[in-house]
Amino acid sequence: MTAAEKTDVLVIGSGFGGAITAYHLAAGGARVLVLERGPWLAAAEFDQDFKLGSSSTRIFDFTVGDGMSVLSGNCVGGGSVVYFATMPRAPRYTFERQGSLGRRMWPAAINRDSLDPWYDRVTEALPVSEQRWQTLPYSGGLWAAACDRAGHTCNPVPAAVDVSLCTNCNWMMSGCKFDAKRSLLLNYLPAAVAHGAEIRPLHEVQHISRVEPTGNFRVHYNVLDEVDYRQVIESGTVDAKIVVVAAGTAATPLILRRSEQYLGSLPNAVGRYFSGNGERLNTAVLDEDRVRDLLGLDRGDGVAFEAGQIGRGPVAACWDWLDGSLPEHERFSLEQLYFPPGLGTILAQAPDADEPSWFGREKKEMLRRWKSWLTIFTMSEDDNEGVFGPPPPTGNAMRVSQQMFGMSPLRYRPTENTLRGWAKSDAAVRDILERDGLARVRPWTNDVVGAYTVHPLSSCRIGDDPATSALDDRHELRGHPGIFVTDGSAVPGALTVNPALTISALAERAIPHIVRAAQERGVDVRYGAPTPAAETSSASSRPAVRTH
Amino acid sequence: METSLDPDTVMTLEAFADTIVPGNKRFPEDRAIAGVSSDGGAVAAGALELLQHPAGGLAEWLPGLAQLLNGHAQGYQQEKGMPAGDAAPPFVTLSYSDRAALILRLTALDNPERQGWVNLVMFSNMAFDSAAHLHTTEALAAGHPGLLTLGFAPPDPDGLWRFERFSYQRPLAAIHPATTDAGNPS
Repeated sequence: MTAAEKTDVLVIGSGFGGAITAYHLAAGGARVLVLERGPWLAAAEFDQDFKLGSSSTRIFDFTVGDGMSVLSGNCVGGGSVVYFATMPRAPRYTFERQGSLGRRMWPAAINRDSLDPWYDRVTEALPVSEQRWQTLPYSGGLWAAACDRAGHTCNPVPAAVDVSLCTNCNWMMSGCKFDAKRSLLLNYLPAAVAHGAEIRPLHEVQHISRVEPTGNFRVHYNVLDEVDYRQVIESGTVDAKIVVVAAGTAATPLILRRSEQYLGSLPNAVGRYFSGNGERLNTAVLDEDRVRDLLGLDRGDGVAFEAGQIGRGPVAACWDWLDGSLPEHERFSLEQLYFPPGLGTILAQAPDADEPSWFGREKKEMLRRWKSWLTIFTMSEDDNEGVFGPPPPTGNAMRVSQQMFGMSPLRYRPTENTLRGWAKSDAAVRDILERDGLARVRPWTNDVVGAYTVHPLSSCRIGDDPATSALDDRHELRGHPGIFVTDGSAVPGALTVNPALTISALAERAIPHIVRAAQERGVDVRYGAPTPAAETSSASSRPAVRTH
Repeated sequence: METSLDPDTVMTLEAFADTIVPGNKRFPEDRAIAGVSSDGGAVAAGALELLQHPAGGLAEWLPGLAQLLNGHAQGYQQEKGMPAGDAAPPFVTLSYSDRAALILRLTALDNPERQGWVNLVMFSNMAFDSAAHLHTTEALAAGHPGLLTLGFAPPDPDGLWRFERFSYQRPLAAIHPATTDAGNPS
């Protein structure tokens, strides 16, 4: 047997939590290895194509659990490659949330003021920019006009998009062909590689064990076939002094639970308190004549809207219910959104249909008006009611298809609190869009794949209370010094806005603590690297040959 | 279409897909298609091709699912006091409304075997809504019935999508009064 491969810091996953950690640790002088379960694609390899096997299924993960389905990234760059790049900061009241605990969910050390400097760093690095009405796509404009007419405000939402490069093609979920979306492939990851970090795609970590007597960790992975992710090509291990788990909210707790027999008892909160960010969708079918007559909108070619396909995901949101004086679970943002056909159409319900409403004759008639659909995205405060069951034999799901689709052990039953928030947001959307016959609106059905989220959170969360948090406020796994978690699973609860910037800010905030832990374990590493600089952030630093 | 499935299985799965996105009959004696729509539905869109696509992972389950579906259809007929059908697969002999009622029952959250049916629903839908068995550019060029029904816009000549006109180009609402300087919630 050959000697075990060794590194200082092993990072599992290359999304926001992994990429930010890899950059800072590598820039500080540590040997960093990143194991990413998905492939490594760049702009030229992103396909504007719905065909199975194109980038839309290669880089995406869709796992169906019992009562909750999760959409997430599956590639180098993780969620940043497939997401819509909407990057607001979380409102101040979020950090004071109590959920069902009866006391503050967040660590005492974190509030909006203390997180703002970390938000600033990520905002500069990606960068995130303010959006302008003059370049706001039609669907955001329409949502704003409808909100305005109903007496509400509506904001263009900050985004990590270079609008000057954007073609408004709405293929963002397949990866941005034009590098207009400022994914991690354009900043933290190439900067990490420039500082010596190695990234290995198609390496799916299965579990972590301990190497005695050193106290180091041994990370066990499978290398997956690049087309059929159900096929394992080989397996291997790497030893590390520090392990950062950033495999994503729907994978991190499963890797840890699978490791429990080797590491010893884990905190109770690993795999519990999952939040779907209180997400919910309503689809409106607009009356084009009333869009023109009531809202005064015209594209300049005599068409009022018919622009559902045009744009760059969510660009405008009503924040009138982001109000700290409202009771918890009754606060939410309402954001206009695009989902491509397939994912974006299957669960929509024909507004005036009897059963069946989500398939069949009436649904087909609704599809004929797809260009006049406007989908509104609720992000509310759920009750952290999701729990992961025992991990599947490998990965985070029992894979059904070669790519993307699998069955997860996640169980979710919305509580009355969550249902109340959804009902209130449904009513708000209806009130705004059904006024004077502007549109007919109905929520997506939860009767097919349960609830759903594109922003899974909290399955391994930070907190001050060991009974209800898996991590301390430095993101270290309780009882297992040297293991850190920096992805969405660390966020204590739903944020009522898109969470990527908050996940990233928390990862930035965790870095000094990880550096200190690495130093204590004898790693020659310093903290203090600047924001990834332009010269180290070109997209060209990917190795020409994929590393298997 | 070349298929390794037997004719009854094909007909049963076609009848299922046609209930998800109904289409028009392909020929007068077409029994799989209920015929409640005036143009092509999931079957014309290629549902059987997508269900059997190796990337989807469902192919090996299809004969069993079709058999199970016909068993449920038989039970449904008995429960409703319907006369037994002819030699055609029982699900195929059901009317569109009865097919839809049975599928609602099979996909209900309290049905322990629902996942197989949900998978069939999703793939039938995807065949129509996104033509996931075809390159999107080729599907559009060939007049794919689903993408055509949705009015999915075609790409530029180089096969990429760009929308030169995309904005109303003016403020359309007051922003929230507590918005920060950088455009964030406070």
